Amino acid sequence: MKYIIETKNITKRFDDFTAVNSINLKVPKNSVYGLLGPNGAGKSTLISMLSTIKSPTEGTAIINGYDIIKEANDVRRSIGIVFQSRALDDILTGREHLEMHAALYGVPKDVREERIEEVLDLISLGKKTDEYTKNYSGGMKRRLEIGRGLIHHPKLLFLDEPTLGLDIQTRESIWEYIEELKDNNDITVLLTTHYLEEADNLCDEISIIDHGEIIKTGAPKELKSELKSDTITMTLDNPEKLLSLIKNKSAINNSLITGDELRLMVAKGENFLPEIISIANTNKLFINTIELKHPSLEEVFIKYTGRKITDGAKTAGGKR
Amino acid sequence: MTEIEGIYTIWLREAKRYIRYRSRIITAIFTPLLWLLVFGMGLGSAIRFGGTAGGYQQFIYPGIISQTILFTCISAGVGIIIDKQYGFLKEIMVAPLSRSSIIFGKALGISTGAIIQTIILLLLSFVVGVPMTPLIFIGSLLIAILIAIGMSGLGLLIASFLDSMEGFNLVMSFVVLPIFLLSGALFPVTGLPSWLEFIVYLDPLTYGVDALRNIIIGDSVLPLEINALVLIFFAILTIVLSAFIFTKKEQDLM
Ligand SMILES: Nc1ncnc2c1ncn2[C@@H]1O[C@H](COP(=O)(O)OP(=O)(O)OP(=O)(O)O)[C@@H](O)[C@H]1O
Ligand SMILES: [Mg+2]
Repeated sequence: MKYIIETKNITKRFDDFTAVNSINLKVPKNSVYGLLGPNGAGKSTLISMLSTIKSPTEGTAIINGYDIIKEANDVRRSIGIVFQSRALDDILTGREHLEMHAALYGVPKDVREERIEEVLDLISLGKKTDEYTKNYSGGMKRRLEIGRGLIHHPKLLFLDEPTLGLDIQTRESIWEYIEELKDNNDITVLLTTHYLEEADNLCDEISIIDHGEIIKTGAPKELKSELKSDTITMTLDNPEKLLSLIKNKSAINNSLITGDELRLMVAKGENFLPEIISIANTNKLFINTIELKHPSLEEVFIKYTGRKITDGAKTAGGKR
Repeated sequence: MTEIEGIYTIWLREAKRYIRYRSRIITAIFTPLLWLLVFGMGLGSAIRFGGTAGGYQQFIYPGIISQTILFTCISAGVGIIIDKQYGFLKEIMVAPLSRSSIIFGKALGISTGAIIQTIILLLLSFVVGVPMTPLIFIGSLLIAILIAIGMSGLGLLIASFLDSMEGFNLVMSFVVLPIFLLSGALFPVTGLPSWLEFIVYLDPLTYGVDALRNIIIGDSVLPLEINALVLIFFAILTIVLSAFIFTKKEQDLM
């Protein structure tokens, strides 16, 4: 079994609105896989189907070798899930949440204590471990939920927006945690996010999903280099002059002047840079600063969806 | 085996919740005492009550116990909507556990709360001058358990048709209050107009009140076995039905 998730034309309709449209997703075992998409793209709906919470309108998926429709209980035993919205009981303690989860998933009694300690170690709730979760901060709640999802040693962990609304420090500690997890365990992580740097840092492979469909799949690095659009930003006294001298070069895709700043979109920035500098020098144009930037996932996202990830699905086809 | 442990786990969580909300327990004891002392005493002195030797207060004592169970179980059952709103229901629903076990565990947990209240009320029997013996105590508890499971099942069943706690007041006015008033908790069900009598016997709580009255003050309309049988049937019916609807409507619950 090469893929831990394999969906087959999985589709979810709410009345006549299609939230997930015939998606075929293949997630390799022991990878960290990212679903990237704006609000309303259908990420959570897809995860709900894969975790047997919602049943597909059409199609199905095989998870850890089990069919999500016909073998829901086996699927449930194979997965751990952290929902986008909180799923804690405010008057149970952190430890009680873990105990309850272990019992519900039939973790053998003799290893239960050990597992709980192991997870508690990892999520470091400190002395709040035995307090009611209503006294927890957002980050602690999140860590508890992630830890809980691991108690029964799932083969596949779903993380729906694991770091949404958390501060940078907590977010980074959760990233570290996920890294550690995948390095030391036989586990696959499927996460959704709309933090592009999260997908970039963490994921071996991502799929960009929009309007319920997968638009593009690949490793973040590949996707970025496929774009062929590095940005060179310079400041100099006479940007118009320099631009007129180089604008016929085939490497340049686009250019923009704002004040004394010249911005060039070019194919292979590092190769083009020396050329620009020598042209400037021979023409006695003095460049004050120069900067080369490779594209980020943001640019990848804009290219394939036509908008920024933070813009949401406002421009949706209006099928509702 | 895992199913039994699952039921136990759901029960345990429910029981913990019950015990941790102390204010709920206090009101749950205070309200019936108010009924017994104020309503029972007040109405008892205004009317000449020929029903029982011990007077009106003793007559409604089993009725008020039933009422406490009814209110606790239905409101806690409908309270599963709060679990849904807080998202905790999802955690339970993705567990590899049959939907019936979830419902059964939940109903047992809710019933535990109602039984704790029943025990306290039984221990307070001296307030209305009813003697309490071990036999009465145990017999009453058994009947209380049957009523509680049936009513928790009913509460869960109603909850599966509601989306939010907004409907809660409707449930109170259109389900709980009629069940209470029609059960004969406050008046004898003999000698009623036949249309009213008909409705009264459709009310499952009628059989609970009658059974408790039989055990506690030795006064009942129907034989104890009949009452117990109806209660058992009602408990099984509501649990099976809500487990069924829960399995069916699983999708909408999250
Ligand atoms: N129960 C439902 N009934 C009707 N429409 C729904 C339902 N659940 C989701 N939708 C719609 O399906 C679409 C996809 O929702 P989904 O929650 O999967 O998006 P998402 O990608 O997770 O977005 P976000 O990034 O905001 O979490 C949205 O347009 C949403 O309004
Ligand atoms: Mg979502």
